[in-house]
Amino acid sequence: MSGELGKAFARAKARGEGALVAYAMAGDPDLPRSVDVFAAMVEGGADVLEIGVAFSDPIADGPVIQAASERALKAGANLRRVLDEVVPEVRRRCPETPLVIMTYVNVVMALGEERYAKLARERGIVGTILPDLPPEESAGIRAAFDREGMDLIPLCAPTTPPARAEAIAKDARGFVYCVSVAGVTGMRSELPPDLSQRLDLVRRAASVPVVAGFGISNAETARTLVAHADGVVVGSALVRAAYTDGPGAARRLCADIKQGLKR
Amino acid sequence: MTTDTAVGRFGRYGGRYVPETLVPALLELEEAYAKAQQDTGFGDEVTRVLREFVGRPTTLTPAHRLTESWGGAQVWLKREDLAHTGAHKINNTVGQVLLARRMGKKRIIAETGAGQHGVATATACALFGLPCEVFMGALDVERQALNVFRMRALGAVVRPVESGSRTLKDAMNEAMRVWVSQVQDTYYVIGSAAGPHPYPTIVRDFQSVIGREIRAQTLAALGRLPDAIIACVGGGSNAIGALHPFIPDTAVRLVGVEAAGHGLQSGQHGASLTLGTEGVLHGSRSLVLQDEHGQIQEAHSISAGLDYPGVGPELAHLAKTGRMEVRTATDDEALAAFYEVARTEGILPALETSHAFAAARSLARDMGKGQHLIINCSGRGDKDVATISARGVPPATGVKS
Repeated sequence: MSGELGKAFARAKARGEGALVAYAMAGDPDLPRSVDVFAAMVEGGADVLEIGVAFSDPIADGPVIQAASERALKAGANLRRVLDEVVPEVRRRCPETPLVIMTYVNVVMALGEERYAKLARERGIVGTILPDLPPEESAGIRAAFDREGMDLIPLCAPTTPPARAEAIAKDARGFVYCVSVAGVTGMRSELPPDLSQRLDLVRRAASVPVVAGFGISNAETARTLVAHADGVVVGSALVRAAYTDGPGAARRLCADIKQGLKR
Repeated sequence: MTTDTAVGRFGRYGGRYVPETLVPALLELEEAYAKAQQDTGFGDEVTRVLREFVGRPTTLTPAHRLTESWGGAQVWLKREDLAHTGAHKINNTVGQVLLARRMGKKRIIAETGAGQHGVATATACALFGLPCEVFMGALDVERQALNVFRMRALGAVVRPVESGSRTLKDAMNEAMRVWVSQVQDTYYVIGSAAGPHPYPTIVRDFQSVIGREIRAQTLAALGRLPDAIIACVGGGSNAIGALHPFIPDTAVRLVGVEAAGHGLQSGQHGASLTLGTEGVLHGSRSLVLQDEHGQIQEAHSISAGLDYPGVGPELAHLAKTGRMEVRTATDDEALAAFYEVARTEGILPALETSHAFAAARSLARDMGKGQHLIINCSGRGDKDVATISARGVPPATGVKS
């Protein structure tokens, strides 16, 4: 599938760093300014960009990203406009950085799975994360994505039993997104003690990179995780920084977390 | 005719579209429910509680004056309004809370729209001694003050939800988010025959006591099955409960009534079966009210229990395959039906139920004499009196002022 993601992780590894997958919401606070946020995150050292596409009923998200979804929807963000207006511009400004979309399955279904995969790939998206699409429901969408060379990136949770986690890892495309805590997206002061073991298990089974996400907001947490993962996903902390203090704050936070990711 | 085409599927609809964190909990629930079904002790306990505490079987009341007034089919009322807590919702919460206890869960959460499911869950939790939290849209907290009080009186914590449209769908989102965080020891009692598999099946099974009683009661009263059964549809738990046992009886017409709100053309309604398109909401694929970009639209109904932008997947399947006829009633038609039923039968139906009555009149007339129509009287209207009386009460009938 996508070589771009693998290459980005390999580049980070060659520099002796874990990769930073940085999330922001497309259309927050509006479509053009969200492009500035994505560009700033790359300036700060983000290795992969995760472009959030708002959904009205985001059951996997905590309050920070929920609020960002509401702002983005008010600003007129929808999947079609993100693909037409945000993605090409981010691609132009950050030509070396792989772009991944994160949204909910209904948003993709409304556009049509195959149509989405084709349009997204044409505009430079290499992978998609759908947090409400577990493996049991994903065969059809994954086949459609595979045909277009788009990675459907799977998630693995703290509640996932080991055998199931191994199966998810073995069969993964792009990278495996290990959800660090049983919960929704958002910053947390502590991560569960057994997270490192789980990451080790998934990493042994996976042929693609493994990242930890949910609850990671600073260099300190990133530092503890990078021994067990190929990278981390940071979302809510960046969304909050960008919303309250602008793109510069998101750039500084990325740079700070990158420091923590140095091995 | 069977509606199961795959585990957790009703034709194209159903499934389990949830974050991976919840999948193991749903698998655990599926297994626990399958085991409970094999265990006659569990079924006996549910039946005993329904008899001793809920007041089942509820009666099947001949509606003589409505029958006469409408001039068509003989009308019967299945009196779920006489069940404890005033609606059919208790059938399901007793079953699920017993299941939760059997699974060793320490805490119950639920979401509620009009508050009937919240009250029913709080009641079952009080009865079995489990702590209970109910998520309710902040707008519904304002609209349904009586039920908020009842839940609190029963010892439940009511958590107002401020996100989105501040109604049922947002309460359901929030309950799912909280469940994701506390899935190990928490049981989520879903109130409608919606949500991820196995909930639509579990809720339907517990609510099917309504239809099984209708069957036994009509056989006893008429020596045959009824000709039609009609029920209101929001998420659809009273409808699937009343209708499901009759799916194989193709001579029995099954009719669901959705909220047309300010009118189907107005864009303000809750008619997912009539105007919804295929999509995924709250964990299952069904018919939902959404825009072309897949964003869920806000539903509207005068009845808080019907303003839900989705519908249970099995009802979507029954509607799409034509086994269930779908009708609609507007806010105004439901209000008119409320007073008609109050003044001809001495029953204040819930606003949800009033939609079924509003559509039943023309159905009864079409059916004609000699036919038998059952209306599922899903709940009583006490909770709605503030909403209804705010619009003024029509003058008394037959009394000189």
